[in-house]
Amino acid sequence: MAQEHNMRRVTAIRNGTVIDHIPSGQAMRVLEMLAVDKSTSVPVSMVMNVPSKKMGTKDIIKVEDRELNQDELNRLALVAPDAQVAIIRAYSVAEKMTIELGDEVTNVVSCTFSNCITTNPREPLAHRLKVMAREPLELRCHYCGRPQDLEELIHNVL
Amino acid sequence: MSGLITMDDLSNEEIMSILDDAERLLPVAEGRTYLPLLQGKILGNLFFEPSTRTRMSFETAMKRLGGDVVNLGDVKTSSVVKGETLYDTIQMVDGYTDIIAMRHPRQGAAQYAQDAARVPILNGGDGAGHHPTQTMLDLFTIRQAHGTLEGLKVILAGDLRYGRTVHSLSHALTRFGCELIFASPELLKMPAEIVNDLTAHGANVTETEELLGSIADADVVYMTRIQKERFADEDEYTKVAGAYKLHASNLEGAKENMIIMHPLPRVDEIHPSVDSTRHARYFQQAFNGVVARMALLCRLLGINVPQKIADGGEA
Repeated sequence: MAQEHNMRRVTAIRNGTVIDHIPSGQAMRVLEMLAVDKSTSVPVSMVMNVPSKKMGTKDIIKVEDRELNQDELNRLALVAPDAQVAIIRAYSVAEKMTIELGDEVTNVVSCTFSNCITTNPREPLAHRLKVMAREPLELRCHYCGRPQDLEELIHNVL
Repeated sequence: MSGLITMDDLSNEEIMSILDDAERLLPVAEGRTYLPLLQGKILGNLFFEPSTRTRMSFETAMKRLGGDVVNLGDVKTSSVVKGETLYDTIQMVDGYTDIIAMRHPRQGAAQYAQDAARVPILNGGDGAGHHPTQTMLDLFTIRQAHGTLEGLKVILAGDLRYGRTVHSLSHALTRFGCELIFASPELLKMPAEIVNDLTAHGANVTETEELLGSIADADVVYMTRIQKERFADEDEYTKVAGAYKLHASNLEGAKENMIIMHPLPRVDEIHPSVDSTRHARYFQQAFNGVVARMALLCRLLGINVPQKIADGGEA
């Protein structure tokens, strides 16, 4: 029942991406990380804090006419590692994708420490953050070793 | 072991084994024996910021072992000033040399260089990050004086906030079960994240603003320079710096074998009257930079020091 009710909160989409099981309150962050804002011409629907059997409460986002690729999924791993992603084509689920947070987040965000070697935009090696702990998420720069502040990190999306 | 970027690249056993090699190489470092273990090898010295002891002792270490050195020279006249990336500089020097020693103002630069290079990188300081070769020579000096690294009582005094030397050393001493006393003014305290990290690893840490009170039962007093530019006004600096000065008269109640160390350069924090006491070990410590770096160069270039010495030192 709860599931059906949640789905009715926003209309079904014809083509696009549904991101479900986003931790409650993280939907805005997900949109930021996907660079979905006013400049994005596609319609976006979002519900926050809806009941979830698995999570208690959760957020859901529907992005019309846009299919997320693997790189975009990798970005989500930082804020919604357990989110479930469905690609919708002609009102049906065409593809299901899950996000797995690996041991390292590569070329998704850059280190937040102002004196890190990677702050020179001309340096060509990959931006690498090591996953030190998952719950709560703790990341450290592979190069300078500094722990990363997740609030700041969101502004460093590559 | 591809390079030495942080002390985490070495196990305690490896540290002890490298210090043993350093001990074996002492007569070579002192110029009493010639042992060309690194003949035909070239060290690239890449110092992107000023260095006296680290750069010179790497160069001396390489030459004492029959190897050669190429220097980046003054950064102001090198291709760095033209905007060359560290990646490109490393690609070039990697082709010229067998091993690279580097210091760079940016934190993480040594790891970055190691990821870009085929030859081993020895981190000679990266911003406020790590300085593991200094830690190795510090450990060598402590072991030379006390015969062990375990269970000693060590005071680290002065600027504990900005000094990468004391950060690396504290971590290493914790691994050997030393008791640490951090004596510094409030403004220059050891960063909380480091203290937390040390205590999480079982360190016995005491923080104090009082240096002289703990000297009586210390085994090592490690002094550092308090820099004037860290303070908003000169009066505050004069007041604070005055509390972290050692004079020979402060050492009367000290243990017989207590040693005083300093990464140098010193300004006023150790009075020249201390130089002639049995406790002064800072010039010996600077010399030990050569022997510790000799042992590290050999280790990273795959030279088995005891074996080579037994074979008569043929390169």
